[in-house]
Amino acid sequence: MDFLRPASWEEALAAKAEHPAAVPIAGGTDVMVEINFDHRRPEYLMDLNRIGDLEEWEVGEESVRLGASVPYSKIMEHLRAELPGLALASHTVASPQIRNRGGVGGNLGTASPAGDAHPALLAAGAEVEAESVRGTRRIPIDAFYTGVKRNALAPDELIRAVHIKKADGPQQYSKVGTRNAMVIAVCAFGLALHPETRTVRTGIGSAAPTPIRAQAAEEFLNAALEEGGFWDNGKIVTPSVAKQFADLCAAACNPIDDVRGTASYRRHAVGVMARRTLTWTWESYRGAHRTTEGAA
Amino acid sequence: MRIDFTVNGRPQEADDVWEGESLLYVLRERLGLPGSKNACEQGECGSCTVRLDGVPVCSCLVAAGQVQGREVVTVEGLADFARERACGTGACGTSLDEAKGWQAQGTDSQTGEGTELSPIQQAFIDAGAVQCGFCTPGLLVAADEMLERNPNPSDADIREALSGNLCRCTGYEKIMDAVRLAAARQSEGV
Amino acid sequence: MPTNGVPTKITQGSGTKGGIGESTLRPDGTLKVTGEFAYSSDMWHEDMLWGQILRSTVAHAEIVSIDTSEALAVPGVYAVMTYDDLPADVKNYGLEIQDTPVLAHGKVRHHGEPVAIVAADHPETARRAAARIRVEYRDLPVITDEASALAPDAVLVHENRDDHHVGHVPHPNVVHRQPIVRGDVAAARERADVIVEGEYTFGMQDQAFLGPESGLAVPEEDGGVHLYIATQWLHSDLRQIAPVLGLPEDKVRMTLAGVGGAFGGREDLSMQIHACLLALRTGKPVKIVYNRFESFFGHVHRHPAKLFYEHGATADGKLTHVKCRIVLDGGAYASASPAVVGNASSLGVGPYVVDDVEIEAIALYTNNPPCGAMRGFGAVQACFAYEAQMDRLAAELGMDPVELRRLNAMEQGTLLPTGQPVDSPAPVAELLRRVKAMPMPPERQWESSEGADVRQLPGGLSNTTHGEGVVRGVGYAVGIKNVGFSEGFDDYSTARVRMEVVGGEPVATVHTAMAEVGQGGVTVHAQIARTELGVGQVTIHPADTQVGSAGSTSASRQTYVTGGAVKNACELVREKVLERGRRRFGSYHPAWATAELLLEGGKVVTDGGEVLADLVDVLGDEAVEVEEEWRHRPTEPFDLRTGQGNGHVQYSFAAHRAVVEVDTELGLVKVIELACAQDVGKALNPLSVIGQIQGGTTQGLGVAVMEEIVVDPKTAKVRNPSFTDYLIPTILDTPTIPVDVLELADDHAPYGLRGIGEAPTLSSTPAVLAAIRNATGLPLTKTPVRPEHLTGTM
Repeated sequence: MDFLRPASWEEALAAKAEHPAAVPIAGGTDVMVEINFDHRRPEYLMDLNRIGDLEEWEVGEESVRLGASVPYSKIMEHLRAELPGLALASHTVASPQIRNRGGVGGNLGTASPAGDAHPALLAAGAEVEAESVRGTRRIPIDAFYTGVKRNALAPDELIRAVHIKKADGPQQYSKVGTRNAMVIAVCAFGLALHPETRTVRTGIGSAAPTPIRAQAAEEFLNAALEEGGFWDNGKIVTPSVAKQFADLCAAACNPIDDVRGTASYRRHAVGVMARRTLTWTWESYRGAHRTTEGAA
Repeated sequence: MRIDFTVNGRPQEADDVWEGESLLYVLRERLGLPGSKNACEQGECGSCTVRLDGVPVCSCLVAAGQVQGREVVTVEGLADFARERACGTGACGTSLDEAKGWQAQGTDSQTGEGTELSPIQQAFIDAGAVQCGFCTPGLLVAADEMLERNPNPSDADIREALSGNLCRCTGYEKIMDAVRLAAARQSEGV
Repeated sequence: MPTNGVPTKITQGSGTKGGIGESTLRPDGTLKVTGEFAYSSDMWHEDMLWGQILRSTVAHAEIVSIDTSEALAVPGVYAVMTYDDLPADVKNYGLEIQDTPVLAHGKVRHHGEPVAIVAADHPETARRAAARIRVEYRDLPVITDEASALAPDAVLVHENRDDHHVGHVPHPNVVHRQPIVRGDVAAARERADVIVEGEYTFGMQDQAFLGPESGLAVPEEDGGVHLYIATQWLHSDLRQIAPVLGLPEDKVRMTLAGVGGAFGGREDLSMQIHACLLALRTGKPVKIVYNRFESFFGHVHRHPAKLFYEHGATADGKLTHVKCRIVLDGGAYASASPAVVGNASSLGVGPYVVDDVEIEAIALYTNNPPCGAMRGFGAVQACFAYEAQMDRLAAELGMDPVELRRLNAMEQGTLLPTGQPVDSPAPVAELLRRVKAMPMPPERQWESSEGADVRQLPGGLSNTTHGEGVVRGVGYAVGIKNVGFSEGFDDYSTARVRMEVVGGEPVATVHTAMAEVGQGGVTVHAQIARTELGVGQVTIHPADTQVGSAGSTSASRQTYVTGGAVKNACELVREKVLERGRRRFGSYHPAWATAELLLEGGKVVTDGGEVLADLVDVLGDEAVEVEEEWRHRPTEPFDLRTGQGNGHVQYSFAAHRAVVEVDTELGLVKVIELACAQDVGKALNPLSVIGQIQGGTTQGLGVAVMEEIVVDPKTAKVRNPSFTDYLIPTILDTPTIPVDVLELADDHAPYGLRGIGEAPTLSSTPAVLAAIRNATGLPLTKTPVRPEHLTGTM
């Protein structure tokens, strides 16, 4: 095994071009587990900790450019307003020690269906900034996950940042685990209301081979909200609409039975989380809506 | 490969490090600092918690090569670290009396008697938070850092901050007592 | 000598305080908070090698061939050993039955069985080499449950058994069977107005001590070996290790290294023999440290069990009879299974008065992971089931569940199903009264001005509910655990106590082989010595095999038995000291001959408080030393047909009240409070007593809601050997645990004390289950309760 320590992003890209099999390591919270337990013996390990840019973020007009290695604890602390869904998701990641090291880039690189950030990214809308010596490209999050622990990166590419749409409405995130802290998701659910476009986006984790959106559920809810004039009148979403939305979210799942939970439970739990997060976000939207109207 | 970094304020170097080694392994097996414990090696127990550039992390998940040039504080350095922090917040040179006291202490170093302890270390002993003690070093590093950030934590704050540190002996109640005790002593300036 | 990590003598105290009954602090506390305390995995020796074990990847198979040539060729490898390299005729070990091969021979019987061992200059080298050993297996059918074990054509897990249980078991795949029959169940059933039946399943729990198995074996010049090891019982290890090495016991020296928890999981051997074999083979010190994955394969677990119960009662709530059958899965090797069967059966009806009982308990041989000792030891599984039955009975009778229990609670004098009278206080009803009388935790504690605090809700940080679906439930349970080794076992401890003048002060040194695993035995030994010998300074000598056996740190027995041995040795030392005093100073004061004399505050005093002499003067230059064995009252085996016999020596009782909040839609549970009342006889160290009760309670909570080793029923392979998937409670899963300690002396025990470590683990689990049933209305007959059970999505 060789340990590569690029001092700059350019060096890192060059090294990755030269050794496409090199495994990048930043927080180490996935890679080191595999090394400690003898599951992986990469020929090259490439440390990204020396590249300061990766731990920085910029808040733009439309989106936040989040460096691949910004630790979850920083997201929780500094980006709660701009990225509320991701901040909530970050808070459910493992333990404080892990949140101090791990970042979204690692979650994306590993592309495990159980990665905590994915449902929040899918719900918010995001693009992955991938780069190689050949150039930079932005991969839409919906096209990023290609299979179980597989993603759309080319062998010579590294994740530099994620561009996540700034919240224009309430977002929520919920995750089921069989412990009250430090637990891998049995399944997870992210929901973002986008009042500007009058759309709703979802993200589901650990309930299909890849993180997915519940597109049929989104379409149903978008139509139901539009039809009922909910975005304008700020009424409570009717229980039947919430139930139908929850059922469609559950139906979007394609889960497996494993040691962490049954497929049947995962479907059920995604439905419950979908209904609850819809209630929470919509209540929040109505609250804001009323405040705005009151002011006007 | 060779690694140079700072541990508990002292420059350290480790040679012939295998590239897959963790910071935990280097501390324990190469630098003679076995205080950080190897209970799971997958970031699920917190026993190996150290501070890396001030931030609590699982040293089992830091590749040794990643600490080149960085600063690490382990449980072995916690008392010094806490003393220097206290000095940073107020005047505290070493008085002549203290210097004499230092001389007089440690008549039986094997027992640890006379060892200067940080407030959180003392509180863990006093509150009965130590049984087998294997989780203790990691908990101390995590709890000390929490009290640095949040001197008056609620019970829920303590539980959240320590939720990455497993203990199998105590049922955590005495650990809660210890952290409350350290916080109370800290706020009384004891 | 190892240059790093040698266990050190611990001296503590400088006043005259710190005797029994005080919450003195741990003598090893400072070392443990500074990181200096040397655990077995911290041992280091110049020039040492690292040992690695190759384990079977299948559960049941013939070994067709093993090829070690590639492994031996790896640079840095010093030795590779298989069964064929074992040096002595003895190639098996075991606590009671020597059925466990040191390295697999001809076949493997469970997933993760040791097949070969490697020593190399770096752990990674050893791992790489082990990976290059080629083992060819030919699969055998796997035995995974009672049906497959007892089928007429079942493959025998052990052929040619010749152990002392084989004569009375119904099938060679049954390790041991213990029936207990008393009274006339058929007649009693006629008197019953209500009968409830239940079938219960208890999952496989892991001890999950935080310090994985590890140790360092150092070859010695005389051809022997010195092993620094974390264990629960040095002399039991020694008895099993030496024959396999082909060495007499005096050439195998053992010193207890720091132990990172045990809970029963270190009662059996793990890497001890492997490290010694490699050290003797290579002539170099060899360290072996399991990682967490290997630790799950490296020690026995708590027996999973199926329990079938029938309880009858009259309309006014008096138990008429109990009939039960308890099937424990012992896995591939016997370990402590026979004794677990004895406990499960003899304590199978719980702390209740029942005159008519029929009990049968068996342990199976299967190809599942071997099971043996874990805190609570057979009594845990039974308590889970009989307490669920008591709740069912109460519901059927329309009675309050606590009232039903109090009505049937055993008292001093009650006969156990074995016919043995309980001859010390049995405050079962009082414990229930106390735990019920504790104030209830406030409702809806999660509500705050800023909305719901998810940390206090089911799901915790995962943000699954802000109060939706959350229902509170309350449940009670009580249990009985025997203390000490039962069934006629010669359960003794040895203590060596020395008193001498050091630096002008009288100092006592206590030397035992007791394994301090975290329980605080070392604290208590120093307290006993202070109380008995009136000295301030007590040195606790490292535990080793240079002194007689202290028995096991298990069965809640160490404070009783080794504490009793220390007390006894101190009393003998005191007699000798007083004798010396009488010789030297008797002529100066008549009280030396006439008064009752005590040692207090470093002086010899009369019971009237008059000081006769300083201990320093009495002792002079000559130390006084005594080494003595000490035994509790003898017990006898249970009759193999009727189960009758005075098999136990003491009992420990605890009761719990659990308050839970359940997210009934998602099936997630938050335990809000687990109140405990326990009789401890006499609290030698109240702080440690509370710590034991809270720790035991939490292990019971774990198995109630999350802990289970999952074994694939088709392959008998372990599916979750990691802390990612075998979950133990975090601090956010653990509630406040108020403890009410009762001290009713057992006159037969030293200071009236009771062993305390296990009882709280018994009643905690059924109390939590009862509370979840109370919240959900579901029958819940299995531990751990999974979200699937609460949501009908299994």
